Amino acid sequence: MSSLLGFELRVALRFLREGRMQTLLIIVGVAAGVAVIAYISALISGLQSSTLTKTLGAQAHITIRSPDDLVKPAALEATGSTTLTETQPRAQRLRSVANWQALVPLLESMPAIAGVSPTVSGAGLALRGEATQAIALTGVELDRYDRVVGLRSKVISGTARLSPGESIIGRELAVDLGVRAGDRLTIQTGTISESVRVTALVDLGVRELNRRTVIVPLRSAQNLLGLPGGATSLDITVRDVWSAQLLAQDMRRQFPYKIESWQESNAQLVSALNAQSVSTALIRGVVLVVVVLGIASVLVVSVVQKRREIGILRAMGATRGQILRIFLLQGAVVGALGSLLGILLAVAMIWLFTAFVRGSDGLPLFNIGLQLATAIQVASIATVCGVLAAIAPARRAAAMDPAQAIRI
Amino acid sequence: MNQATGSQALIEISEVRKTYNAGLPNEAEILHGLTLRVDRGEFVALIGPSGSGKSTLLNIVGLLERMTSGSYRLQGEEMNGLDDAELTLRRRTKLGFVFQFHHLLPAFTALENVTMPALMSEGRVSDKQLEHARELLAAVGLENAMDKRPAELSGGMQQRVAIARALVQQPPLVLADEPTGNLDTASSDEVFAQMRRMHAERGISFVVVTHDPRLAARCDRLVELIDGRIARDEGT
Repeated sequence: MSSLLGFELRVALRFLREGRMQTLLIIVGVAAGVAVIAYISALISGLQSSTLTKTLGAQAHITIRSPDDLVKPAALEATGSTTLTETQPRAQRLRSVANWQALVPLLESMPAIAGVSPTVSGAGLALRGEATQAIALTGVELDRYDRVVGLRSKVISGTARLSPGESIIGRELAVDLGVRAGDRLTIQTGTISESVRVTALVDLGVRELNRRTVIVPLRSAQNLLGLPGGATSLDITVRDVWSAQLLAQDMRRQFPYKIESWQESNAQLVSALNAQSVSTALIRGVVLVVVVLGIASVLVVSVVQKRREIGILRAMGATRGQILRIFLLQGAVVGALGSLLGILLAVAMIWLFTAFVRGSDGLPLFNIGLQLATAIQVASIATVCGVLAAIAPARRAAAMDPAQAIRI
Repeated sequence: MNQATGSQALIEISEVRKTYNAGLPNEAEILHGLTLRVDRGEFVALIGPSGSGKSTLLNIVGLLERMTSGSYRLQGEEMNGLDDAELTLRRRTKLGFVFQFHHLLPAFTALENVTMPALMSEGRVSDKQLEHARELLAAVGLENAMDKRPAELSGGMQQRVAIARALVQQPPLVLADEPTGNLDTASSDEVFAQMRRMHAERGISFVVVTHDPRLAARCDRLVELIDGRIARDEGT
């Protein structure tokens, strides 16, 4: 047996073993708390991850566009005078990001950025026979665009290919136009139109996007939208999704473009995710408080029950510090065992959720799993809470007058 | 007062007073300037009626309570003024206790109870210490009860475990508060005989509080306390 805390650990374990039912109940209590915390953490993390994947599945993390056209005042105001004016904003025409060819390699060299895709987008019509649909036309270089939105993984029919005269379209649009992979359709923008062959149908995860999306080669879109050699935006994907906002702020200081992160273009979603995170933290906090109170109350009772033993130990020469550590260790042991059991319980709850809670398609609603780091974090916090909960009872035990305790 | 001139003093108590609830309406002085000396190797009986201050004196000698005023030297070292940690250390190394109600740790076996002081001091029990504890238990006639818990032992057996525990660190002094007060006559005689044997074999001093005049008469020296003062101090 190691001499480090050998006495304290041995007495603490024996005291816990002696109070069997009491010890068992509090371990189960801690386990229930830890299980709730771990399960909710995994559930919310899975839900948020799924929401983010669906939202950002067809969206860049950061988008660079040319700055908006602004109305500039004709003359500067004379000093000391005030002029009240009402300015109507200008209509924004389709414009290219200046020097985008030079900007792409510069952005790609930044370590935080995983991919850059020059994109030309604008509105148009898709025609096939009698059917006409308003579309969002997107011109891309397929390999670059795939790195940004993972387009190939969203293909549900055909093979993603974008040679000249080819296109990829959304699933719902294909239904509306009655086309399948391999069929042709006509794209019209203003007076220009081009016939393209559909190489693949994609599911972008959002029905509206699937109904409007037509992806063509970059050069085709430049021709159709009257923007030869141009790119209306540079779509960027970053390695850490949550760093996009800070990176966008940093880039705004460096480059004279309109730069927007996904958080800024999805402010409501971010607010909802934040509210969810705060709620989860609150639940975790409340459960932890309950766990702490549970451990503390059992140890307080234990101190009262063990008064005589504490007195004997003190009379035999146990220091106040040793008595303190005996009860702190009891808190730690209860916290650690409860955590271990709680994590196992959480894993079982997650398995049950995955096995029995399914969507209308028969598949699990979203991926949910307890990450090792989360499990270790929750277990560590609960163990520390066990020690914290034991502080008050332990101090009470250590302060006990041995002569008085023995007389009881 | 009986003082063995030329002997080495183990305990020197001088003008010790103990007051409870000082400054309150129910203030009570239990010991009134008590002076006592116990030398190495003595076997002293402390007798007196209930409320005479025997247990209070024993608690002060055992460093479980502090005196209100006076001086207490243990092996020549002044105890008055030492802090709690220092007193605890002296208790651990210089004193052994045997209480009336055995006061064993119920969650531990007889052997574990006896090795507890070693575990407390070093965080582990060495083979040598374990062997020593076994020898002590065998010496008090408990070689077959070492792995039994206190609840499985008779009162007399429990008290013999307590004696073995008090002796395991080989302290110079063992304090016993009514060690036979809770036992029948046969067990009482047996426990007392064990204490006398340990005293004779190991030269350990004993201060025994007892109400039993039969046992008191078997001690080497009799100190009688009445109303917090020494009324009699003589050899038997």
